[in-house]
Amino acid sequence: MSANETVAKKNVLKGLWDNAGMLVVFIVMFCAISLFVPFFFTWRNMIGLALSVSMVGMVSCTMLFCLASGDFDLSVEAIVAFSGVTAAVLINLTGSIVIGVAGAILSGVLIGLINGFIIARLKINALITTYAMQQIIRGVGFIVSAGSAVGISNSRFFGLGSGNLLSIPIPVIITIIVFIMFGILLNKTTYGRNTLAIGGNKEAARLAGINVNRIKIVIFTLQGAMAAFAGVVLASRMTSGQPNTSTGFAMDCISACVLGGVSLSGGIGTILGTIVGVLIIGTVQNAMNLMNIPTFYQYVVRGLILLFAVLLDQLKQRKSV
Amino acid sequence: MQHYLKFQSVSKVFPGVKALDSISFEVNAGSVHGLLGENGAGKSTLLKILSGAYIPTSGEVEIDGKVRRFHGTKDAIDAGIAVIYQELNLVPDMTVEENLLLGHMPLRHGLIDKKTMTQVAREALASLSGEINPKSRIRTLSIGQRQLVEIAKALIRDAKVIAFDEPTSSLSDREVQKLFSVIKDLQGRGRAILYVSHRLEEVFQICDSITVFRDGRIVKSFDDMSALTNDILIRNMVGREIKDIYDYRERPHGERLLEVKDLTGPGLTAPASFEVSKGEILGFFGLVGAGRTELMKLVFGAEKPVQGTVSIAGKVMDASNIGSSIRNGLVLCPEDRKLEGIIPISSVSDNINLSVRRLFSRFGFFINRGKEAANTDKFIEKLSIKTPSSAQLLMNLSGGNQQKVILARWLSEDIRVIILDEPTRGIDVGTKSEIYQIMYSLAESGMCVVFVSSELPEILGVADRILVMRSGKIVGSLSRNEATEEKVLKLALPVSGNV
Repeated sequence: MSANETVAKKNVLKGLWDNAGMLVVFIVMFCAISLFVPFFFTWRNMIGLALSVSMVGMVSCTMLFCLASGDFDLSVEAIVAFSGVTAAVLINLTGSIVIGVAGAILSGVLIGLINGFIIARLKINALITTYAMQQIIRGVGFIVSAGSAVGISNSRFFGLGSGNLLSIPIPVIITIIVFIMFGILLNKTTYGRNTLAIGGNKEAARLAGINVNRIKIVIFTLQGAMAAFAGVVLASRMTSGQPNTSTGFAMDCISACVLGGVSLSGGIGTILGTIVGVLIIGTVQNAMNLMNIPTFYQYVVRGLILLFAVLLDQLKQRKSV
Repeated sequence: MQHYLKFQSVSKVFPGVKALDSISFEVNAGSVHGLLGENGAGKSTLLKILSGAYIPTSGEVEIDGKVRRFHGTKDAIDAGIAVIYQELNLVPDMTVEENLLLGHMPLRHGLIDKKTMTQVAREALASLSGEINPKSRIRTLSIGQRQLVEIAKALIRDAKVIAFDEPTSSLSDREVQKLFSVIKDLQGRGRAILYVSHRLEEVFQICDSITVFRDGRIVKSFDDMSALTNDILIRNMVGREIKDIYDYRERPHGERLLEVKDLTGPGLTAPASFEVSKGEILGFFGLVGAGRTELMKLVFGAEKPVQGTVSIAGKVMDASNIGSSIRNGLVLCPEDRKLEGIIPISSVSDNINLSVRRLFSRFGFFINRGKEAANTDKFIEKLSIKTPSSAQLLMNLSGGNQQKVILARWLSEDIRVIILDEPTRGIDVGTKSEIYQIMYSLAESGMCVVFVSSELPEILGVADRILVMRSGKIVGSLSRNEATEEKVLKLALPVSGNV
């Protein structure tokens, strides 16, 4: 092999590593787990894995936009719980699934809109705003449900979360559609490109005529809507609206994004990376369950993986300078 | 005299670019060595190697006869090297003394020994100038004073080599002279000094020897300053003869296009009114803080005016609506390129198409990559933007090329009025001259060009008419023919009892 070819080959490898480092890590990890963990690489387990990451997957899409624009959203976990409760209460009250689902999603839209307005217009820090909102909405969820799970009487509603299409669970199909939709939004629309521009340099984006406030409000509103939708799917799977569900869910979504190379300071993020991040979290969780690793240890492992991922990213960036 | 600092065939290769190609030169103790070159010539890369931020691909750095290899900035600091960058590395909310001793504060019983700290700081500052109080917060100091703090920091660390990267770009004339006397003093104390600058006059004033860079190589080193002239240096820097970097071209003016009437708002102390005709280049001169940038932001709609109107061809613009300004062909290249202009982590292409992509896209929503790519290629060629590819991140381009990208962003639009706020700040002579040419051709095509600058020669050299601002108001108007340096400065300088 000539020196030139070696260099060319090295460049290809380097390009792959730079652009899809975590993808490589995921593939290696997936193959290793398939080899060494019994029952992992089976159709049944694969479906179970996909189902387990479906909610994090959906909300990670909107979280990706939020982080890419340089903001945070911690309120999603409370929105998930609240919208489940809202759907349950409304369905029981009116007997209409449509009203229940629409009402729940509308509540998410409204909460997201308020988040966006406070952050964009009143210029309050997103971390604090959405953390406060998380507590408020969690509280309202408990108040509405009187502190306990609200069972849903209309069993047709359960199809959304527990049904199958071509032997693939509906939530998984929805997640795939959401990924495609947000992939298009990020890469092929002015909305997506402007989101990245705002994260890259907010003032430059504003002076280039981009309506920064409007885009931020849209980002948080979509985030609220998506979290509410995920909450409805969850309520359908659990056949009830549970006010105390999904604690730590917001951080799971943020972790998935970060694992996928989304920059916490904004401006950088890809949908492929986010998918990989979601899959890594799901795969590790799934493998640990199969190996009967106690929950306490699982926390430690998940934390270590997140740290490892950020460290890897940092090393990569330092090298490319 | 011994060579204190020596670069021995230092090269640095980035993917696709050879930033430095076998650089060798020496700097003596007690001398000031100038580094000259256009943006992207490799001066900054060399400083980063010296400071330990970059590791050279090949070659060596010798200090006091010993080869030193730095694996990080700390190694370089320990080896007695201090690099003072344009953007100073100070913590704005800490005091001067805390900044000076950050990282190695004197301790007593494990706690910070404030008394010693103040004393050390006071001594270091006193040797530079007595004016800075070690207890002041950095935030309250002028840029010039902050620079002195950086120099004091270098002294406390006992740096033997001190490198300055464009130290005067945001200093007033008086501060520059102050800085020069400090540098002369450091020289007298046997420090080896590297001085990077674009400004030729300064180099003549302060340097004992000069090395000229171009495209990552040394073009020539000059040890004898007496035989050197501006022309020789410029020819070596740009590789061609530039007779008159302004090369002013006369052109006819059409009817009035931009009209600003009684505009008031933050930063202005009196209503501002002015008009610009088609084909005219209107210069705005004023000292830093005279309100030029604030006025331009009000005109563009980036700030909300208290009252007053901006109209183009008789049509009154929406107040503080940037989008509407752009749609009506009124654009602004902001003063602070880094903070307000570029998106560093986005590609050249994304930066150029940032605004215009809405016009290329379907329903203003689905972007058209083909049109964007074609537009990018067009402007990379038209403005000769030096970049390995349109996908290159903008932060990897030199300042001059970043400025061209921002120009391309606006030239992609169908514009009628372009406001350029300090478009040539921190840019080399060659690119400056290119930017003036672009301005002439924009004006020739019937646009209004509003050109803000704090460099008097370029305002006099390029503008058809000059408005002078002082303390938040427009204080005078001079035609190209009647304007002289004295007249403009007289208007711009604060007069006692007249402010």
